[in-house]
Amino acid sequence: MEIGLQKANSKGSYRGDRLFRRLALCCALTIPLLMIGIVFELVRNSRLSLAQFGFGFLTSKAWNPVTQDFGALSSMYGTAVSTLIAMLIALPLGFVIALFLVELAPPRLSAFFGSAIELLAAIPSIIYGMWGLFVFAPFMSNFVQPLLGKYLDFLPLFQGPPLGIGMLTAGIILAFMILPYISSVTRDVFQMVPPVVKESAYGIGATNWEVTKAVTMRYSLRGMVGAAFLALGRALGETMAVTFVIGNNHQIAASLFASGNSIASTLANEFTEASDPIYLSALVELGLVLFLITFVFQAAAQLWLWSIKKKLA
Amino acid sequence: MTKTLLISLLSVLFLLAMLPLEAVQAGDPTINGAGATFPYPLYSQWAYKYNQITGMKLNYQSIGSGGGIQQIKAKTVDFGASDAPLKAEELATAGLIQFPMIMGGVVPVVNVKGITGGQLKLDGETIANIYLGKITRWDDAAIKALNPGLNLPNQAIAVVRRSDGSGTTWIFTNYLAGVSSEWKEKVGADKSVAWPVGNGGKGNEGVSAYVQQLPGSIGYVEYAYALQNKMSYVQLKNKDGNYVSPSKETFMAAAANADWNNAPGYYLVLVNQPGKESWPIAGASFILVYKEQTDENKAKLMLNFFDWCFSHGAEQAIALDYVPMPENVIKMVRDTWKKDIRCQGKPVWK
Repeated sequence: MEIGLQKANSKGSYRGDRLFRRLALCCALTIPLLMIGIVFELVRNSRLSLAQFGFGFLTSKAWNPVTQDFGALSSMYGTAVSTLIAMLIALPLGFVIALFLVELAPPRLSAFFGSAIELLAAIPSIIYGMWGLFVFAPFMSNFVQPLLGKYLDFLPLFQGPPLGIGMLTAGIILAFMILPYISSVTRDVFQMVPPVVKESAYGIGATNWEVTKAVTMRYSLRGMVGAAFLALGRALGETMAVTFVIGNNHQIAASLFASGNSIASTLANEFTEASDPIYLSALVELGLVLFLITFVFQAAAQLWLWSIKKKLA
Repeated sequence: MTKTLLISLLSVLFLLAMLPLEAVQAGDPTINGAGATFPYPLYSQWAYKYNQITGMKLNYQSIGSGGGIQQIKAKTVDFGASDAPLKAEELATAGLIQFPMIMGGVVPVVNVKGITGGQLKLDGETIANIYLGKITRWDDAAIKALNPGLNLPNQAIAVVRRSDGSGTTWIFTNYLAGVSSEWKEKVGADKSVAWPVGNGGKGNEGVSAYVQQLPGSIGYVEYAYALQNKMSYVQLKNKDGNYVSPSKETFMAAAANADWNNAPGYYLVLVNQPGKESWPIAGASFILVYKEQTDENKAKLMLNFFDWCFSHGAEQAIALDYVPMPENVIKMVRDTWKKDIRCQGKPVWK
């Protein structure tokens, strides 16, 4: 981090800079320290469950506090499916919204939509949960699910009674929640594409779509992936909203109408009243699993970005 | 640059200097408690009223019964609160005593078209079979037999239960285990269990929302929630064979008729208690304190508060849809204080 300019400065402010650099380093060090601390605590507090269930914890569907038999599979499945539904809906929608705001909308409208999106991002997740339970779930059970059941019931995904709550509803609520993140971050990166490049593309007769595809998206790829992973992180860990609408059942069902659970919802539901050491330990291990899943996704994203960068360069 | 640094450093120092001050203030006669969420609204009401009269401060954190038990064992609070009683052995190992403070009842509620509150009659075995997934339709012969006059629809039963660990579930599953040996073997009783069927709502509010939304549903909630949301409650057959409706009187009857004398450490589950009027699914919320108190003054303050709650708190409890403990139990609790709570060998409560 040596900067040549420093040498030209007077001695006093040089010392100040050095002090500042050390202070900044100390502040920055809190991040790895926090991370190591969290992993350490998670492992330490889940050692009972690690010892008792071993690797089988990840492959067992059991979750029985009475007989003290615990497994993470149904929670992991629920986390994966609800996140997948959310990403499938929110990613394309978010990107298109951002494109519209940057490329197509008149500036005034764009500013209005922009602040609306930021407002959406600021809504606490419990509000989404309550709204999901009291407003959206009845809507799902009265309109959306009967319709899906009528036309798509040859797929096991859309079979079963339309209760309104369950995996599909949880996924859609999650999509609403991560949409503002995706669209606002993507909008910002789209705006950073140098206008002169876009203008030259238009100059040689490219259409709106061609400019978007060949210039804007290419320039913004990194940012778009960043937005997607920010959203993914939020969807994986989202707790309250999911807990309200997912149905909270430790089961793996083929139908998206059926209730399920996610890692975060299980923790939210059961942590406060878990007093048996092994029960508590299994819950902490669930937290560890979630942490590792998030970590693996982040690492994969970094690797992928790195390989793209090399290819483009 | 140096100036800003200096200022920020100074402000950090200033903030640090504030911390001990806070700690000193916390050393005032404040009673700290933590635990169950169910009695929290009442405890904070009592504390508010008591503070106006005496100036004593009570700081109660509703972190859940599990948390309350851990906190009192770690001695970070003066008393813990739990919706489920601790077993006598566990109390003895930790050097704790417990006593019931307030009661509530668990009420099965239904959402079936054409059936209003109190019309449907069920017995324990039928409810257990519904929650086991053996009875799946409202016009099942078993339900019809209990309700000859009712027009029951040919509709699937949507079972609703709590998704979070809770004292309510602990009481309800204890009831099911008491009335059905199959439930006892297959599922058992705990704050959360592996439910054979159904959807889980988070908290009483989650269950009541699910029941109100799902046609043909049955769920169980705290009495206050059934009352405040005007839900269709069910009449239950009690141990004496009578059908009773949930009410303050039937809950108190269950507590008054229970055999507290033969329940070491007040470990008593108020389900299936004898008596003509007894509601079969009631439960008390408990307070946990150390037998051996270190600060006599504080122990006295704390017991004075609980004593005031017993003698003057009933009205507020009823207003908030809780059920006060019956007189005979309160008398026993006071005797327990006298006998068991000590500070340096001397009894604290006289």
